Amino acid sequence: MTEGTLAPDCRPRLAPHVRLRFDAVRARQVLLAPERVLMPDETAVAVLQLCDGERSLAAIAAELAVRYQAPPAVVAADIAEMLQDLVDKGLVLA
Amino acid sequence: MNASPPEGLAPPLAVLLELTHRCPLRCPYCSNPLELERARGELATGQWTRVLDEAAAMGVLQVHFSGGEPTARTDLEALVAHAAGRGLYTNLITSAVLLDRARIAALAAAGLDHVQISFQDSEAAGADRIGGYPGGHAKKLAAAREVKAAGLALTLNAVMHRQNLHHLPEMIELALDLGAGRLEVAHVQYYGWGLANRAALIPTRTQLEAATATVEAARVRHKGRLVIDYVVPDYYARRPKACMGGWARQFLNISPSGKVLPCHAAESIPGLSFENVAQRPLAAIWAQSEAFQRFRGTGWMPEPCRSCARAEIDWGGCRCQAFALAGDAALTDPACALSPHHGAVLALAEAESEAGREAFVYRQIGARIPA
Repeated sequence: MTEGTLAPDCRPRLAPHVRLRFDAVRARQVLLAPERVLMPDETAVAVLQLCDGERSLAAIAAELAVRYQAPPAVVAADIAEMLQDLVDKGLVLA
Repeated sequence: MNASPPEGLAPPLAVLLELTHRCPLRCPYCSNPLELERARGELATGQWTRVLDEAAAMGVLQVHFSGGEPTARTDLEALVAHAAGRGLYTNLITSAVLLDRARIAALAAAGLDHVQISFQDSEAAGADRIGGYPGGHAKKLAAAREVKAAGLALTLNAVMHRQNLHHLPEMIELALDLGAGRLEVAHVQYYGWGLANRAALIPTRTQLEAATATVEAARVRHKGRLVIDYVVPDYYARRPKACMGGWARQFLNISPSGKVLPCHAAESIPGLSFENVAQRPLAAIWAQSEAFQRFRGTGWMPEPCRSCARAEIDWGGCRCQAFALAGDAALTDPACALSPHHGAVLALAEAESEAGREAFVYRQIGARIPA
């Protein structure tokens, strides 16, 4: 099983039964899955919106490093950790 | 009665619609109340669609179509489509014995996100005896495969108790074999029919500990492939479950006739009156109804809950269980070791689980419940 860290060339995407959508009542993005409602913060939303199954983890990190003017290696490590947690929960496929 | 909504009240996350109490199965632990609603008392399609509109507008994010057996309603597809159209995440909680390929395809086309199928055991003889429905297990297996073939997400809900816990490893294998992404290992909770059958269902402490170890090992082994949620019976616990995430904090339950409840068992508490969606908007009931306000937050709590560091973690446990076990819904849940009733509950669990009663009182309209 995928234990530990995700490979830079993996192409993460939301699992088919998981939906990221804007909720007008709470004025924020929500992540919906069976018996789960997650309220991802702004950074997590930015990552999840790029998890389209096309971009690689490295490409997502590079894009966000530019957007947030942060060191790419740091961004890549943060993203990998966050996505690994969602992979373990069955919410993201990588 | 205070008519203004509590300050800072967040909208509910989910609503569970008990579309009907009709069901071909007769499971002796059914979460429905002992007083089952007849078909003629059920809300009409147009009333349910209005409930869905109101739920979406007030910030509900997920809708669980449940029952009874929700597929007994021929308008289920229309209700799923309506909910999906409002952006609601749609979940079908079903026994699956009425589901065939055509019905599953229609539900998928209506926008259904997820299907949860209950299993009574890992093999037919036990499952059909427990569910009181010959042939049910085979139908469930076939339906689960069709659900996967239709590309829908599948959760297997394994309802566990003293008479099937020896099959827990096989239940986990069944979930993997069927391609479920998620497994709920749900020990029976003792409300309604489950409470009436507690002596036949409650596990021994040894069984419970073995089950917990099995679940923990399986979680590690199948990480990334199968998510396992674990619902424990809290008679043996030291701290109570945070029932419903707190009374009237996140969740609404609507009965077949439209009664709005903070949880499916709330009608077991005497003295509470529940409002109906046919008479008042859902948002107003959520915010203001007396039954929802009664145990919302921490203001109602007695000691030792009131000054407990866990007051906003477990929310005093379960009100229905406090009534069922201690005779007063406003007391600390006796599942908590800090409750003066805890010792008696533990002794009851040990005595009943060791006594070995096997006969069930099956769920049916008008069943006689032994005292």
